[in-house]
Amino acid sequence: MTIRLPAFDYLTPETLEDAAAALADPDRSVIIVAGGTDVVPKMKRRQMTPEVLVSLSKIESLRGIRRDDEGRCVLGASTTLAEIHGSSLVPEVFASAAGDVASPQIRNTATLGGNLSLDTRCNYIDMSDSWRQASGYCLKDGGDTCWVAPRSNKCWAISSSDLATVALALGGSVKLTSVRGERMVPVEELYNNDGIAYSTQAPDEILVELVLPKDCGRATYQKLRRRGSIDFPLLGVAAVVSFDDAGVCASARIVVGAVASAPLRATEAEEFVVGRSFTKEVLEEAGRLATQSVRPQDNTDTGSRYRKWMVPVFVEQALRAVADTSE
Amino acid sequence: MSGAFSVVGERLPRVDAMDQTMGKTQYVDDMTLPGMLVGRHLTSIHAHARILSIDTSRAEALVGVHAVITGADLPITYGILPISQDEHALAVGRVRYVGEPVAAVAAINPEIAEQALALIDVSYEPLDEVVTLEQALETDHPMLHGDGLGQNVHRSAALEFGDVEEGFARADYVREDVFFFGGNTHAALETHVALASYSQTGKLTLWSSTQVPHYVHRTLEKVLELPAGRIRVIATAIGGGFGGKTDPFSHELTAAKLSMVTGRPVKINLSREEVFYAHRGRHPVLMWVKTGFENNGQITSMHFKTFLDGGAYSSYGVASLYYTGALQTTTYRIPNYRFEGLRVFTNKPPCGPKRGHGTPQPRFGLECHLDKAAADLGLDPVTIRQVNAVEPFSTTVNHLRITSCALVECIDKVVEASDFTVKRGRLPSGRGVGLAVGAYMSGAGLPIYFNDMPQSEVQIKIDRGGGVTVYSMATDIGQGSTTMLATVVAEALGLEPRDINMVIADTDLTPVDLGSYSSRVTFMAGNAAVTAGAKIRSRVVQAVADELGVDPAQVVTKGGRVGVSGDLDRCVTWAEAVRLAIAATGPLVESGGYTAPKLAGTFRGAGVGISPAYSYSACVVEVDCAADTGLVKVERVWLAHDIGRALNPLLTEGQVEGGVYMGLGEALYEEHTFRGGLHRGPSLLDYKIPTALDMPPVETFLVESDDPEGPLGAKEVGQGPLLPVIPAVANAIHDALGVRIDEVPITPQKIVAALRNVSRGRPGRIGPETIPDFEFSRLTRVEPPEGFVTP
Repeated sequence: MTIRLPAFDYLTPETLEDAAAALADPDRSVIIVAGGTDVVPKMKRRQMTPEVLVSLSKIESLRGIRRDDEGRCVLGASTTLAEIHGSSLVPEVFASAAGDVASPQIRNTATLGGNLSLDTRCNYIDMSDSWRQASGYCLKDGGDTCWVAPRSNKCWAISSSDLATVALALGGSVKLTSVRGERMVPVEELYNNDGIAYSTQAPDEILVELVLPKDCGRATYQKLRRRGSIDFPLLGVAAVVSFDDAGVCASARIVVGAVASAPLRATEAEEFVVGRSFTKEVLEEAGRLATQSVRPQDNTDTGSRYRKWMVPVFVEQALRAVADTSE
Repeated sequence: MSGAFSVVGERLPRVDAMDQTMGKTQYVDDMTLPGMLVGRHLTSIHAHARILSIDTSRAEALVGVHAVITGADLPITYGILPISQDEHALAVGRVRYVGEPVAAVAAINPEIAEQALALIDVSYEPLDEVVTLEQALETDHPMLHGDGLGQNVHRSAALEFGDVEEGFARADYVREDVFFFGGNTHAALETHVALASYSQTGKLTLWSSTQVPHYVHRTLEKVLELPAGRIRVIATAIGGGFGGKTDPFSHELTAAKLSMVTGRPVKINLSREEVFYAHRGRHPVLMWVKTGFENNGQITSMHFKTFLDGGAYSSYGVASLYYTGALQTTTYRIPNYRFEGLRVFTNKPPCGPKRGHGTPQPRFGLECHLDKAAADLGLDPVTIRQVNAVEPFSTTVNHLRITSCALVECIDKVVEASDFTVKRGRLPSGRGVGLAVGAYMSGAGLPIYFNDMPQSEVQIKIDRGGGVTVYSMATDIGQGSTTMLATVVAEALGLEPRDINMVIADTDLTPVDLGSYSSRVTFMAGNAAVTAGAKIRSRVVQAVADELGVDPAQVVTKGGRVGVSGDLDRCVTWAEAVRLAIAATGPLVESGGYTAPKLAGTFRGAGVGISPAYSYSACVVEVDCAADTGLVKVERVWLAHDIGRALNPLLTEGQVEGGVYMGLGEALYEEHTFRGGLHRGPSLLDYKIPTALDMPPVETFLVESDDPEGPLGAKEVGQGPLLPVIPAVANAIHDALGVRIDEVPITPQKIVAALRNVSRGRPGRIGPETIPDFEFSRLTRVEPPEGFVTP
């Protein structure tokens, strides 16, 4: 039995202005739908029952990838992950990470904006309504307990976007628009480490595009998952570094994804590696430092212990990948 | 030998391949009948609770709702085994697992059906939940079946063949191990669907995605109190079964009842989540094995204990329990053998039969145990298996009759093809190879309910134009049974499989076959079809011989002609031959039946494990494991299978590959895990079945041992090849990294944890340490069968 969607109105505005106006409806609950690969299952599971879905599919200006006058890569929010994966205009690390998301079928439909706006996930909430009734509705679901950490007063749902981790490491920014106007927000400021209020994007704002800097340095994204396809990250580590002529690290951004409700910069590890050569000992210490600040919980596939063990392994792996000059 | 056949042994596509490939095959969910209603179940949100009241009035008042039923409307119990009729279609008085159906609605569309579910008011009084084996053995929890507090033991078994203590006493070396096999499920692509239509004349027709239309027929008769002759069950095309559609299910009964109440056809299609709860999948099994060996590796004695977490109901549980002890002896000559087993009830979805039914768990334990023993004895994994391998045409200590057996040839094939002996212990760190073997029944020797009738009947009717129609209730669950039947009949009549019209799995039209379970269809329905085909052939040949004035022994059927052997110019076409036969001897309709030989011993439990023949498999797996992440990549699988005879090698290899795929899923990824009584992830996102990217190349070797009783020599292939895959993976991981993961699934976390143990000077092993201190009572001592030769 295919679970049916709850009833909703479906709008297909042709301009960004119309879409923004539709989202500003004060009387009805309105959300954006793009590829629908996250919104539709969530609606079927009655995690959300918006009265209106505003589709961005008819807004041509949201599609496509270009380089602007300054050489920065500008990706429209409605660009599919498959298009990003196959594009030569996109920084290689970002195109490659897009290919790590979900499965080919999903990537053909899922969009950049959807992935960057992905709701935080948790195996106490991404379940059917009757399952959640049986479990008891959790904090994110209108209840008063986070079942992941019952003594905590915060929600521990996991940021599960591969591309958010990479975009943050690359120092990207997003353009948001609403009836109140337009603003650029660094990806670093787009997310909160809170499973419920995980985004600083206002409900009436539309993510229009992602801008990635011209020069991305040496960059990698290492994703942990058990199967070769489909799965959300159990852990994702993005590293973007540069070296001086002597092979000493000049700059480093290390971002750890899927261990908290937002992608997290491993600032202590970053500060430690800058000014050092990537010896085995340095990488090990960076891995150790990056691990100190993360507390993965038992709310996705595999145990939390394993995910914590894997943080230094993946940080080292990522740093090794960018240090390797043999390419 | 294959030269003696014309279509048998050919790599022909399935007769239904084109429809399936083109998406034209009609499954139940593709069907729509005029006036059809949609049925849905309201399911329990408690793992264990008393139902205080159910008020359906608000749901009934909703416009578009035609009926709402509860347990009170279907009060008669049922269950697949006659000895354990403990299920209700809808819960009566008590719910025993989250997801158990409590009420059912029929409405004009899915939206209204769903709204109606929300309007059913059920008042529950939660009860103490029993969710683990340990809790089930405690005495201070409510009994799931019965009143009051007490242990939740469903059934225990204790059998001894020969003298186990004597066997241990003369052993040079004795070893004990404890293993755990996590529960998992079938995950067939097609969910369970049933469509029922009750006619004005009082006849019920049920279309269902079921492996066992005959047993569903009997259950409908019992629960609905309708005469069997007024019930027609049609098993439609099935999108995968694997044992998951081998019980009668709630939705089949509620769809039927709702159709009777409303006078309209009612279709119920379970959601994927409901399928996880309907379950009947692999039992979680905790195992302990102790074996005595001589220095040369020969087994002197074995004691095997199993503890099965059965979930909330019996299902096939009594059989599952005995299966965990029955087939260890089919691969190795064990002169003294004791089996003790226990199945408990817990507040979780009921477990049942999944591909290999009760035997993959002990096979995993046994094959890992043997590798460990071999290492201690200074033997290699090949030798210890060769030394103990059963011989063809022998009898096991627990009274199983072995006929054809190419176990040793299977081992030789995979060992040679994989370079096992060269690779083992010599590959770079992180890479390793593992070997294991297995055996499985070609059909359970006894039917599920006691009777002396044939286990399979096949009819063949020939049209005057030469058309051949075969009637059989065997259900094609993807294994290719329809093609198999067409092939053996085509072989007999000198036609092509595609020439044969197949009418299958319809209780009004087809004679009984017990169903597609226990790998019985090729052997039993195949033999019945061979018999029926031979009768038709004999009559046609006689008529043609008379017409041509030759001896019938000279007449052959080949290529659509019937004529004189070696002189095929003297022939008639098949259609002419048929007309000659009908004119000579009347309607050309014949039937064949198959009844397994009486093989069961007289002791309690002797009915489980007997089979007219056993298939044998050997498997080598090569893995590449990352020590830092514990991620395992299976590089390649070599699998040799003693099929008796490959009636169609293409389909046979497909079954081997399917078994390998499922075995790898169980070995590395899949597990039903629970928080309390709540399934942690009843979806195909959370429950990890391998993707295409996780599937390695498989090299299949078919070994033909030509079974004397098999149809044209054939044996089973649907289940056996899965068995050695799981322990071969575990043994390969040990070869790769030196750690022992004595429980499946072997997750990356367990591998890393074992390696961390090693780095801290502790044993590199993850797995259970102990078994419950349970006193098995009433040990039945059974003398070895007459003529049993102690190795």
